[in-house]
Parts: sequence; C-alpha cells; structure tokens
Amino acid sequence: MLIVAPFLIPLLAAIATALLRSHLGAQRTIGVAASAALLASGLALAARTSDGAILVSAMGGWALPFGIAIVVDLFSAIMISIAGLMALAVSIYALGPGAGRRDRAGFQPLFHALMFGVCGAFCAGDIFNLYVWFEVMLIASFGLLVLDRTREQIDGGVRYVVLNLIGTTIFLIAVGLLYGQLGTLNFADLARVAPSAENQGLLAAIGVMLLIAFGAKAAVFPLFNWLPAAYHTASMPVAAIFAALLTKVGVYAILRVFTLVFGHDAAFFGPVFGAIAAATMVTGVLGAAMHYDVRRILSFHIVSQIGYMIVGVALMTPAALAAAVLYVVHHIVVKANLFLVAGAIRRESGSFALGRCGGLWCAAPVLSLLFVVPAFSLAGLPPLSGFWGKLAVIRSGFEAEAYLLAATALAVGVLTLYSMVKIWNEAFWKAAPVGARVRPWTRRERVAVYTPIAMLACVTLTIGVWVEPFAALAHTAAESLLDREAYIAAVLGADRALAEVAR
Amino acid sequence: MESLSALTIGALAGIAVYLFLARDLPRVLIGFVLLGTAANLSIFAAGRIGPFVPPIVEPGMAALAAEAANPLPQALILTAIVIGFGLAVFALMLVVRAQRTFGGVDHSGLTEAEPADSDARAAAPPDSFRPAAERKAA
Amino acid sequence: MNPSPILRLSAPMLLWLSFAVSIYVLVRGHNEPGGGFIGGLLAAAGVLFYAIAHGAATARAKIRLSPSVYCAIGLAIAAASGAPGFLTANGDYLDHVWWFVDIGSTLPLGTALIFDLGVYVTVFGTVSALFLALVGEEA
Repeated sequence: MLIVAPFLIPLLAAIATALLRSHLGAQRTIGVAASAALLASGLALAARTSDGAILVSAMGGWALPFGIAIVVDLFSAIMISIAGLMALAVSIYALGPGAGRRDRAGFQPLFHALMFGVCGAFCAGDIFNLYVWFEVMLIASFGLLVLDRTREQIDGGVRYVVLNLIGTTIFLIAVGLLYGQLGTLNFADLARVAPSAENQGLLAAIGVMLLIAFGAKAAVFPLFNWLPAAYHTASMPVAAIFAALLTKVGVYAILRVFTLVFGHDAAFFGPVFGAIAAATMVTGVLGAAMHYDVRRILSFHIVSQIGYMIVGVALMTPAALAAAVLYVVHHIVVKANLFLVAGAIRRESGSFALGRCGGLWCAAPVLSLLFVVPAFSLAGLPPLSGFWGKLAVIRSGFEAEAYLLAATALAVGVLTLYSMVKIWNEAFWKAAPVGARVRPWTRRERVAVYTPIAMLACVTLTIGVWVEPFAALAHTAAESLLDREAYIAAVLGADRALAEVAR
Repeated sequence: MESLSALTIGALAGIAVYLFLARDLPRVLIGFVLLGTAANLSIFAAGRIGPFVPPIVEPGMAALAAEAANPLPQALILTAIVIGFGLAVFALMLVVRAQRTFGGVDHSGLTEAEPADSDARAAAPPDSFRPAAERKAA
Repeated sequence: MNPSPILRLSAPMLLWLSFAVSIYVLVRGHNEPGGGFIGGLLAAAGVLFYAIAHGAATARAKIRLSPSVYCAIGLAIAAASGAPGFLTANGDYLDHVWWFVDIGSTLPLGTALIFDLGVYVTVFGTVSALFLALVGEEA
C-alpha cells in the first residue's frame, strides 16, 4: 500500500480540492496536509529502501513484464521525498500574496495533479508508463502556467506548449521503435534484453531520440530555449515548483533510462553526455549573466545547473552518479528557495527588475540573510550544500580523468557567484530607488512567505554541515542505479522464466 | 506492406515538420496532430503487420487465436490517442486565447514574454551596469 | 451563432439519445468493443450538440454540476475501484476483484466495471468542459 501512496495522495488531494471548488479554506487545508503526507510517504519509502532494497508492485495483478510495474528504489524514494518537501514548501508559500485570486482560478487541483504526474514518473517501472506520467504532468503544468491569463503568460505558454508537444511526440515515436526492436517496454526486461540485441546501431539511434525527448524536458543544451521564455511569466509559487521539479523529472528519466537500458553502451553515450553537460553549464550561466530580471536570471541558472547533473551520466562511475544524485537533491531545494525569495523581493520592492529594486538589506534584513543561504549554496560556497554537490561532481570528474569537464564545472561556479552577487548588490545592498512605496505586509503573508523560505534554508544548511548521511544515501542510490542485475531480479523475479518463454 | 507503412509515417512526419515551420499557430497545431498520428502508426508497425484477426478472445475459448494481432501496441496507441487528443484540445484553447489576446494567430507577433527591445522595459540593466557616459545622458 | 431550427429542436433528443447509447456502449465494453472512454465521448458529444444549439450557458445548466466536478467524481470512482485490490492475495493496487452474482445465469461483476464507470464520468466531464469552453469562446 505504501508503494502507491506517492501518487495516490496527490490524486486524492486533486479530487478533493476540485470537488470543494468554492471552499477555498478547506482546499488550502487539504493542500498543505496532502503535501505533508506526500513528504511522509517519501521518507517512509526511503527508510524501506535505504539498504538498497527495491519495492515492486504489479498494478491490476497482471504478471510482469506484461503488466504495469510500479518500482521504487532508493533513488525514486529520494526523489519522492524531495518532491514532497517542495510540495509542502510551495503549498505553504501559496497561502501568501495573491492566494485568493490564484485559488479561485483553480491552483490547488492543478498543483496536486502536477504532483500526481511528477511522483508517478518517479515510480514508473516501464517506459510507456513513464510517457503517460510525463503527459499528466505536462497537462497540469499547462494549466498552471497560464493560471492568471495575462498577455505575458499566454505568450510564454504558447512557447512552452509547442516545444513540449514536439518533445513528447518524439518520446512516443522512440517508445514505438524500442518496442519494435526489443519487444518489451518494462525497464527491467529492457535492461535484460538490450545488451544482447542484434542491431546495436539502431538501439543507439533510439537512445538518441529518447535523449532528445528527455533533454527537452530537462532543458539541456541546445533544447533549453523554452524554459527561460516561459518560467518567468508564471506566478511565483508555480514558477518555484516548476523550477524545482519539472526539469528534474527529465534528469531523473535520463539517469534511469541511460543507466538501466543503455548502460551497456556507455562508451557511445558518455562523450555525448559530456559535451551536452559542458555546453549546458556554460550557456546557462552566460545567459544568466546578461539578464537583469531576477526571475530570468534564476531561470537561466536552472539550465546551467542541469549540466552538473548530466556530468554523472557522462562519466557513469559510482562516484559520479552519487554526485549527480546529491546535486539533484541540493539543487531542487536551493532553486525552489531562490524562486520563493524572488517572490518575496517582488513583494517587498514591487518589482522583479533589478534596476527598480534596492534597499532590501535595510527594509528586510531577515530576508537578506535568508537569500544568502540558497544564493551562496547555488554558487557552491562552503559550508552550504552546493559546496558538497560541486565538490563531488568535480572530484568525480578528476577521478575519471575528465579534466575539461571538471574545469568547466569550476569556472561555471565562479560565474554563478557573479550572478548571485549581482542580485545581492542590486536588490539588497544598493539604496532603495527614490519614490518606492510598499504596501505593508499582513501577518498572514509574512508567515506564509517566510516559513517555507526559512524551512528550505535550514535544509540547505543541514545538508551543508552534516553531509555524511546524505552522501552515504546518494552513494547507495548510485550503486543500485548501476546494479542492473539486482533491478532485473527484483522486478522480474520468479516471472523471469515467463518472460523468456514468451519471447 | 512494411515499406508502405514506413512511407506513410515518413510522409506524415515530413508534413508535420513543414507545418511546424509555419508562422501561424493553428498550422503548428495541425502539425502536432499529424506528428502524433505518425507516432501512433510507428507503434502500430512495431507490433508486426500482417493479415490478423482482431485480438479478442472468442466465446468459449480460453486464449487468443494464433493468428490474432498483437494487442499491446493497440492498447498503447489507444492510450496515446487519448493523451494526444487532450493535449491537442488544450493547445487549441491556448491558440484561441492567444488569438483573442494578441488579435492574430501569427506567432511572430508574440513578443510579450521575451521583448526584443529590453531597454524599453523594466528588465533593462540597472544604472551601475551602464557605462558612465550613458548614465549621465540618461 | 445562428443554429437552424432543425438543430435547435433535435438537440434535446440527441442529448438523451447519446446518453442512452453511451450507457449501452459502456456496459457492452465489458466483453466486446466499447467501454468507458468511448461512452464518455458519446455522452459529451450530446452535450456539445446541445451547446451548439442552445448556447454554452444553457448546456451547462442542463448537466447541473460543473464539468470539472464530474471529472473529479469520475477520478474518485476510478481511484476507489483500486482499493479492494489491497485485500486480495497479492495486495496490489487495482487488482481485480470479482463477484459472480447468480440471477438465473451468472452475472460477473467486478472492480473493472467500476473503474470503467469512473473513466466514463471523467471523460464525460473533461471533454464537456473543453467543448463548453470552446463553444463559449465562439459566442
């Protein structure tokens, strides 16, 4: 029962909030409670899988590999936990400024539908199922992106929709070709038959198609253009949850599929991923350097940081994959927090444009301190979580003798610091622009905005000063990602003979 | 039969790509629908093509007949059609909305989210990022 | 929009006819081609006809509940149909549970039928919501 909780909880929350359309108070209570329950289910799953165990459920009682498999290993459980944490932070934050208008437009049901898709994708045990979860997530995110129906949002929405539609269709074609080539879609069964497939060239071509589909989702170079074009138009809680989770589902899919199904072909995919990772890091950070709108700077930094996670798949060593897992966790927390802080900057100074903010160091000293934690963590300064993330990525790069990649990662860290210092100088340090007037905060707004920011800053600090348990978990997750035999045995188990007969 | 279906899929995908390059959004949308059809056909082709009977268990039988078609791609396509339909309708509504908001369906007019002339808007560089001479002029 | 008198008069009949056919298709889907999805589409097509003939607002009033509420109810039914699966030997979500009711001949009832009913209501709600929004835009 626990294994279906990560997607059943958001589903039930979406249903309940949709039924309680006019009762906004009840919707919000359910929203926060469901997010907390999601976090609890993720942590419970992580506790069950922390020794490397793999939980499997065959939905509807159809024998695997033919039925729909729900598989949760430690990596999935970590992702579900962190998604639950983000859901909790964002649903508290969404009680703050603009809550009434947002909730009347249907924020709560769509938000939980998004979490339904995200957590479902983390549990998916076959590639077609993964496609279906992607689409659930996509439809919910379309609705969330154009929630306010402003001109800006509709424009951003069109870009987002068109590029994502093309991406998912390519995914679908790749799934069809994969089925035609290998005769199965279950991850474990694919991992079993892929190494012995006759036509490895065709298989690699299918892998590249999947890479395009997942890459468009994860916003890697050169498929990232939709992200900075769309994210900054969304309302702030929406942008925060998008920044935290949507691209990371793409990263999750890359890590899962390219270790499990295409893991035997690492010699071909490694250099491809290496080039993609380096180009993504550099273009993202340079894009951020030329923008002066807080949201757009942060959007480009999402792109840049995705590159660090891809390094793990490029090197395919246990250390590199563990670094990628640790980096994903750190990045989700930090990036969502920065978007939440950006919302607070807007609330405090009336604008997202750096030229029009200022003086926040005097006006909101607590916010300034809370900004410093995620900002310096993003740039990778000790003793924050980003330092360990970057250290692990760069060290695994040196160990694998990928010096160019490691050097790029180092240089990009410095440029990230430039962007963060830019925000700090302009929004917090320089004097407030003349004539800036701010509507005073209500108590409720203050609690709703500051609680999640402080909560996530604490998580960042905790990972920073007490990194061993997190690093150990990441290492176990990485080892189970690379141990394909264990995954196959856990999923197919006794039915493995059946799969042999059926072919 | 294989080559015929391959040609059909290729033609559909080609038309779809051509439509993606169009300037007005409804054409892009039709392109998406065609590409979705190409994807569905490719899944169908993946499940063997031939003279099969429908994959329905006849009354009184316990299993599918030997010459039955592969039911799995059909189930996948059914799901994909449903999803594609949902996405296409949503995209259609967005296009209708964009047309009302911007007074046209030509996407070269959509510049609200990424204004080309950034200086004219709020996201211009703050003063400290401009050269001193320019700052004085402003 | 200016619908013809023929459409205006026939729309209510088509609405009920499509509801009747959709229920038939839903139940037939148990063992033969048909099922919840196609049934829901047929029912929503009836609503679409009605909306084209009499306007989106009248159609909305005709189906009483808001389409999104139908969608939520349908999802709730489908999600609930999976719960009995927890009680089976495997204990997997959505496992089929059957009751063989004896009424002269055996009537096989199962959670699959409940799931299909949920799909029917969800599809009806979602598709009517989309149709009504598009017809509303047009007016």
